[in-house]
Amino acid sequence: MIRVVLPSHLRTLAGIDGEVHLDVDSEVTQRTVLDALECRFPMLRGTVRDQVTKQRRPFVRLFACEQDLSHESPDTALPDAVAAGVEPLLIVGAMAGG
Amino acid sequence: MSGVRVLVGTRKGAFVLTSDAGREKWDVQGPHFAGWEIYHVAGSPADHNRLYASQTSGWFGQLMQRSDDGGYTWQPVGNAFAFDGDVGTHQWYDGTQRPWEFTRVWHLEPSLTDPDTVYAGAQDAALFRSTDAGLTWRELDGLRHHETGPAWQPGAGGMCLHTIVLDPTRDQRMFTAISAAGVFRSDDAGTTWKPVNKGLHSEGIPDGDAEVGHCVHSLAMHPSRPDVLFMQKHWDVMRTDDAGESWHEISGNLPTDFGFAIDVHAHEPETVFVVPITSDSKHYPLDGQLRVYRSRTGGNEWEPLTKGLPQSNCYVDVLRDSMAVDSLDSCGVYFGTTGGQVYASSDSGDSWTPIVRDLPPVLSVEVQTLP
Repeated sequence: MIRVVLPSHLRTLAGIDGEVHLDVDSEVTQRTVLDALECRFPMLRGTVRDQVTKQRRPFVRLFACEQDLSHESPDTALPDAVAAGVEPLLIVGAMAGG
Repeated sequence: MSGVRVLVGTRKGAFVLTSDAGREKWDVQGPHFAGWEIYHVAGSPADHNRLYASQTSGWFGQLMQRSDDGGYTWQPVGNAFAFDGDVGTHQWYDGTQRPWEFTRVWHLEPSLTDPDTVYAGAQDAALFRSTDAGLTWRELDGLRHHETGPAWQPGAGGMCLHTIVLDPTRDQRMFTAISAAGVFRSDDAGTTWKPVNKGLHSEGIPDGDAEVGHCVHSLAMHPSRPDVLFMQKHWDVMRTDDAGESWHEISGNLPTDFGFAIDVHAHEPETVFVVPITSDSKHYPLDGQLRVYRSRTGGNEWEPLTKGLPQSNCYVDVLRDSMAVDSLDSCGVYFGTTGGQVYASSDSGDSWTPIVRDLPPVLSVEVQTLP
């Protein structure tokens, strides 16, 4: 079970409170987690990564285990603690006014 | 009982304001999509309960929302906006070429006859259409692929397709306006496009009379005379009587002819409203006095309308999509400001009252006249 924490706006959009818990059958990477997230919550498509290019949106960051994973390859395995459900993957809106 | 629904897009959400035909007491619903920029909310002329809203964010991109009950409830629909074919390039601020990039939807224009068909004008300038109530979007790429495309350039707000006008008498004809490219007309339902900017003159481009490159701010048409269009350009208020084949200036006695919004009276095709703004570097009313100007002669002769509007220390802006009219017997006129006010007049502009005063900055105002 993978734990994902969404920013407030995306929790509202998805109609959820708290963490999202996802099952990922394959290797746990940014891509597979985001695929599972968008499959469960189709309204989130395009909000974390571009729908066409699948590139992370510039003002969205990905953190876990006190590390910034934003610039890791989307196919790199996420930390073991994320894959084991001990630590969440944090999807964060960049801190920039608004 | 007839009434009015005012659809307001703001920097921090959408608001739906409703009143009966008296237009004195208003119910305010919102914010919908709180915290998000709502560039435009538009209702279908064919089904007044069908609304579309463009929800956007610098963080999380573009979303599209649809309501089937007049704005009480909403559901996110499709937001996959992909350019068709070769992406191509346009001119950047510094004159270099830059690839087209989808950023957001500025304007939604529902079909006049089919509630499930809606057009979307995007930044970077492109036109999309959905025929399934917003679930899927397909670009009408003949516009973006026009041979003049590499000469289009962004205005201060980005290179946006901000105006879509559908001809109510010719179902194949439509107009679009792009900052800063100009006006384009299609006579084949959006497949091919022709620049129709003859008569426009603009500073800030190498050839002031060029076929494209003009920063058109908005267009307005009265449905009874679809060949007559009124334009608020960056500077200059303009008019065409031949569907854009030629334009002539009608700024006349306006104190400044810079501005963004323009609209036409619902029952008087020669009555036009603008909100003059001081200049391109001073986006607020002249002398701090918020004045709508009305021409009853199709332009050139303008009168200030001030009753009920602040006449001192007012430094708000009125953006391009922020003025609309209703079609009740006594035509209502509405506009929103960057100060968060939405002003309404139920007597063709003679007097004004704020419906609401303290919303986030208003990006757009549309009006539905309800049966």
